[in-house]
Amino acid sequence: MTIQFNEETFRDDYSFYNSDWAIKRFPFPFHEDSYMYSVNMEQHRGGPEGSVYEMRFDVDEHYVSEMKDRAMVLADDPLRCQSLPHMTLAGWDLLELIMVSKSEDYPDLFELHRDGDHWRWINKPLGIDDTFTFLDETTLPYGPMEYITRQAQGDFCVLDQRDEMLWMDAGMVTTQADWSLDFDIGMNFFEWHAPVPLAHEMGIFKRALKFLLNIQQGAPARRLNWTMTVNPLLDTSPENYHKWGIQKTTLTPENIGAKQHLRVELQTFFRLPRSNALVFPIRCYLISFQDLVTVPKWGRRLHRVVRDLPVELATYKGFIDNRPLMLDYLGKFDDGQPTSPGVFPDLDTEPPLGNAS
Amino acid sequence: MSAAPQKAKPGAEQIPVTVSAVVPLNELVTRFEFKRTDGQAFPTFSGGAHTVVTMNDDGRTRLNPYSLMSDPSDTSMYAISVRRDDNGRGGSLFMHTRVKVGDQMTITYPVHLFSLDLRARKHLFFAGGIGITPFMAMIAQLERMNGNWELHYSVRTEALGSYVDELRYKFPNKVHVYYDDQNQAIPLEDLLDGQPLGANAYVCGPKGMIDWVHATAEAAGWPDAQVHSEEFLAPAPGKPFEVRLCKSDMTVQVGENESLLEAIERAGVEAPFLCRGGACGQCETDVVAYDGDFIHRDHWLDEEQHADGSKIMPCVSRFVGKSLELDR
Repeated sequence: MTIQFNEETFRDDYSFYNSDWAIKRFPFPFHEDSYMYSVNMEQHRGGPEGSVYEMRFDVDEHYVSEMKDRAMVLADDPLRCQSLPHMTLAGWDLLELIMVSKSEDYPDLFELHRDGDHWRWINKPLGIDDTFTFLDETTLPYGPMEYITRQAQGDFCVLDQRDEMLWMDAGMVTTQADWSLDFDIGMNFFEWHAPVPLAHEMGIFKRALKFLLNIQQGAPARRLNWTMTVNPLLDTSPENYHKWGIQKTTLTPENIGAKQHLRVELQTFFRLPRSNALVFPIRCYLISFQDLVTVPKWGRRLHRVVRDLPVELATYKGFIDNRPLMLDYLGKFDDGQPTSPGVFPDLDTEPPLGNAS
Repeated sequence: MSAAPQKAKPGAEQIPVTVSAVVPLNELVTRFEFKRTDGQAFPTFSGGAHTVVTMNDDGRTRLNPYSLMSDPSDTSMYAISVRRDDNGRGGSLFMHTRVKVGDQMTITYPVHLFSLDLRARKHLFFAGGIGITPFMAMIAQLERMNGNWELHYSVRTEALGSYVDELRYKFPNKVHVYYDDQNQAIPLEDLLDGQPLGANAYVCGPKGMIDWVHATAEAAGWPDAQVHSEEFLAPAPGKPFEVRLCKSDMTVQVGENESLLEAIERAGVEAPFLCRGGACGQCETDVVAYDGDFIHRDHWLDEEQHADGSKIMPCVSRFVGKSLELDR
């Protein structure tokens, strides 16, 4: 398989776009016409061919431009990448996991040659060919976690596991949905989730923690999360809220289809072998409303989900003020017909759009 | 989400292995070494991890957890050491009397319930008898990382001191051995006093030793989070009892020498598990109704849950009374 990498930006002129291929494989997060929190975990062991679930670390047409955007964020704010001193071993574990996975899953793009601790890593899309000694950080230009996550899409939280608890002790976080690694570093699982409404009362986090503590080597898991973003911004951080928050006020009925994006996170969880840490990659996918509604099932369903979402959630996800505008737009793509169960587009079986409201 | 729904299997991922060596160490302890049957490399692991070994004992399936004791960076083999328990339920006897070089067996991926705290400035290990095994792997791992560690190892007699010679030869200044039959005891109070700030203590051995280390450390002002222990419970035999499995709509007899979990599995009902020793929490099961008394033996449920009869850990706990109904 060959991937044509897009020339695009996630800032300034926002030239980001999804090809038809990327639209059809978009990880639409709603398996039914409504949404509420759940510990919606499943095993991460492949998925339908060509889907974002197929490989351990999905590589798509946005890879090269996302890595350029990450480098720019880090140049402006080095604290987006932090690793407490005891997390270096977990960084090596992560480097090994990503290098082995990518070289096996995308042999035309990545190569890993190992002779004992003497490793050579070739990353063709980014033009990298480095030789280094495994577990010797003096042989890499950055620490092991920073080195490999500058070459991997999505944010990475590396969680230490101690005392029946997970701790946010390392991470590379430049494409986040309004949370800050610099603020959360060193916090435990309940502390960094404290701002989330409703879910605590529902016991979601207690159950989720129990599940995560028990994730075993060789048995990774995954789930989806979602929010809304105006303009295709990867970096919607609290640090830069003054730059992007204001953009939420620029929506009009004319530009909403192009500017409003559904933001979906494919969250995966892998136990790391040497450190017993848990790595939590959070991969962000963006799709404009106008692209999303080209799939009739998704247009119908998104309208219903946004319409029926509890006020607390629409507020927490930051789109309560724009909800009426969204519903005016999405309503045009909901003809009231039933939708098929599951997340996939079902383009061959779902009816085309009829007369909408 | 339901991108690709797959039913979770009970237990950790399995690895088919071939027994590559059986090495008797002394009267009670034998080491078993495994190679992967498919010729691939084993996953690396962190010191303190265990594996669950599946034994086919004339049609009866036995699943016993053992600490991985080989060097975690050596992915060509795994090793465990098994102490023979003549009064146990038969798993260790099966390993000692039936397992031969060349046998095909199945073991699980490493499961971690007893990990090094990588923040520690110093690791202080206390081993009693066969409790030495997780420390063998931890020591190999720390040696590679230039870690600061010290071992205090209590054994019954010189003849029963598994790995004493090897450890003393390799690390003469870090290994301290104490012989019960020579009235030697670990000077625990002295050792816990005067450790550098940020030291962590780890204990693996008989229950009495674990309790002793925890209590002495607490009295000496150690934070509980810096004292780590691992104790696998073997399911204790007990009076037979009957259990009703509501979801599966069947009634199962639990025999004297089998655990509730084993009886559920024998009936063909899939139940989740990992450690089978009352520690990991995976097999936690809701009680629907009961008339009688629980014999809770796990380390997982809290006192309140033990008292209110709402849950049971079927890997090690039992029941005495008229009737028991489980949500399984």
